[in-house]
Amino acid sequence: MAKIEIQNLSKDFNTPNGVLHAVKNASLTVNDGEVVVIIGPSGSGKSTMLRCVNGLEKPTSGHILIDGTDTADPATDIRKMREEVGMVFQSFNLFPHLTVLENITLAPIKVKKMPKAEASELAMKLLKRVGLEEKAEVHPAQLSGGQQQRVAIARALAMNPKAMLFDEPTSALDPEMIKEVLDVMLSLAKDGMTMLLVTHEMGFAKAAADKVVFMDKGEIIETGTPEKMFTAPENDRAKDFLAHIL
Amino acid sequence: MDINEIDKKIKAEAIRQHTVSVDPNAPKSGTTTINMTDGVLIPKKEEKHVLTSWRLTFFGAVILSAVLIIFFPDPYRTIFLTCLRGAPVTFEVTVFSIIGAVIIGTFTGLGSVSKRRWINMICGVYVELIRGIPLLVQLIFIYYAVGSLFHVEGLIAAIFSLSVCFGAYMGEIVRAGIQAIPKGQMEAAIALGMSRSQAFRYIILPQTVKVILPAIGNEFISMLKDSSLVSVLSLEDILRCGRMYISRTFLSLETMLVVALIYLMITLVLSRLVGLLEERLHKNG
Ligand SMILES: Nc1ncnc2c1ncn2[C@@H]1O[C@H](COP(=O)(O)OP(=O)(O)OP(=O)(O)O)[C@@H](O)[C@H]1O
Ligand SMILES: [Mg+2]
Repeated sequence: MAKIEIQNLSKDFNTPNGVLHAVKNASLTVNDGEVVVIIGPSGSGKSTMLRCVNGLEKPTSGHILIDGTDTADPATDIRKMREEVGMVFQSFNLFPHLTVLENITLAPIKVKKMPKAEASELAMKLLKRVGLEEKAEVHPAQLSGGQQQRVAIARALAMNPKAMLFDEPTSALDPEMIKEVLDVMLSLAKDGMTMLLVTHEMGFAKAAADKVVFMDKGEIIETGTPEKMFTAPENDRAKDFLAHIL
Repeated sequence: MDINEIDKKIKAEAIRQHTVSVDPNAPKSGTTTINMTDGVLIPKKEEKHVLTSWRLTFFGAVILSAVLIIFFPDPYRTIFLTCLRGAPVTFEVTVFSIIGAVIIGTFTGLGSVSKRRWINMICGVYVELIRGIPLLVQLIFIYYAVGSLFHVEGLIAAIFSLSVCFGAYMGEIVRAGIQAIPKGQMEAAIALGMSRSQAFRYIILPQTVKVILPAIGNEFISMLKDSSLVSVLSLEDILRCGRMYISRTFLSLETMLVVALIYLMITLVLSRLVGLLEERLHKNG
C-alpha cells in the first residue's frame, strides 16, 4: 500500500479566454491505507487534481509524491508510477472492442509481460471479487452501467496498484446501480487500499472515509472528518455548498 | 438531519449535477462513422431513394449493355471484349494502390495526431502538397521521377504514384477516425501504464478501423475511377484498351460508350458492396 502526498500543486490551463487556474496551491496527504474523499462544486478542480496524481495532467507547479517518489523528478519512470496507481473514471472507459476478460488482461499482458494464462486466472479471480465472473466473455456494450464500472475497477486492480483514484465513479449510474459499485469500493477500503476519490455519495464517505476535503475554485478550503464536514463545516463556502446539497 | 435524509439529498444533487455538467469524457451516444462523399452515393437499406436510383442506374446499364451486345454484335461485342481486356490492369492498379494508400495513410494519420511538432509538420506539408496539385500532374510527375530514379517497370511506378496521391486523403480519413475515438479510451490505457504507442496499437487503431472502413470503401471506388488516369502512362487498363481500339477503327463514340458502361457497372457494384459492409458494421454495433 502506499502514501500519496500532494504538495503545493497548481495547474493552469491555457484557454481562449486566458489562463484558467484549475488548481491553486493545493496540498493534501493520503496516508497508507487511508480513504480520502474530495467534494466541491462543479469546476472546482477536483478531477484536475486527481488527474495530476497519476500524471494524466502535468502539474504547472508543485509536487506529487507516491511513497516518497516525486513524479515530477525526471529520473522517475512515470509509467511505472501509473502502474502503481489505478484509476476509475466517471464514464468507465472500458475498451468496447475487447471482451470483459480481455479488458482486464490486456494491461497485465502488455505492460507487465504476464503470461496469458496467469493473466486470465487473475482476471477471473478479480471478476469473482466484483461479482461478474459469468460475464467474462461478453463485450462491455452488453453490460449495465453498474456492471461496466465494476469491470473497470477489476481492470484497474489487475495491475495490482498500491493506491486507487476514483473520479465520480457512480455519478453516471442509474440510482439502482450505485450500491453495487459502492459495495465493491467499500470492500476495497476495508482491505486497506489507499483511496483518493471524488464522490458526492455521503453514505460512502461516512462509512469509509478517514478525511473529507472540500475544494472550491481550485483551492482546498477545508479538511476534516466526515462527521464534522457534513454537520459542522467551519468555512462559509463549505457551509454554503453543503447547505445547497443537504 | 439524519443520515438517510442527507443521503437522499446528496443523490438528488448528484443527479442534478450530472444532468447540467457537460463532461468531455462522457460516452457519446451512438457510434461515429465518417463519410467522405466524393463521387458515388452509397446505397443502404435505410436510404430508400438512393437504393432506388442505384437500382435504376445499375439495371439500366446492364440492360443497355445486353441490348448492345445481343442486337448489335458488330461492333459492340468486339468493343466489349477489347475493353475488358484492360480490366485486370485496372483492378490490379486499384487494389495494390489502395493497399499502398492505406499503409501511407495510417502513418500520415498517426503522424498528424502525434505529439511531436515536426512530425505533424511533415504530414501537414505532404497533405497540402497532394491536395493542391491536380492528380494527373502528380501522377505523371511521380511516375517519371520514380521511373528515372529507380528504373522500375510502369505498373509499379503507377501503383506507387497513386498510393502517394491517395495516401494523403487516406491520412485525413485515418486522422478523423482516430479523433472520433473518445478521449477517455486513450486516458484509460495510459492510466493502466501503457505507452502511447501501445495504446494506439491495442486500443485506438482497432476501433479506428471499424469507424473508417466505409470511408476506405469509398476511396476504393474513387481510386477505381481515377485509375483510368494511368492510361496516360501507357498502362493498358480499360480506358487505354478502348483508346487503342479507337485509333484502329475510329469508332470513338461507340467505344467510349462501352468504356463508360463498364466503369459505371463496376463502380455501382462496388458501391452496393460498401453499402452492405456498412449495414453489417452497424448491425454488429
Ligand atoms: N483540458 C482542459 N483544458 C482547459 N480547461 C480545463 C481542462 N480540464 C479542466 N478544465 C477546467 O478546469 C476547471 C476545473 O475542472 P475540473 O474538471 O477539475 O473540475 P471538477 O471539480 O472535477 O468539476 P466537476 O464536478 O464538474 O467534474 C474547470 O473550469 C474546467 O473547465
Ligand atoms: Mg470532475
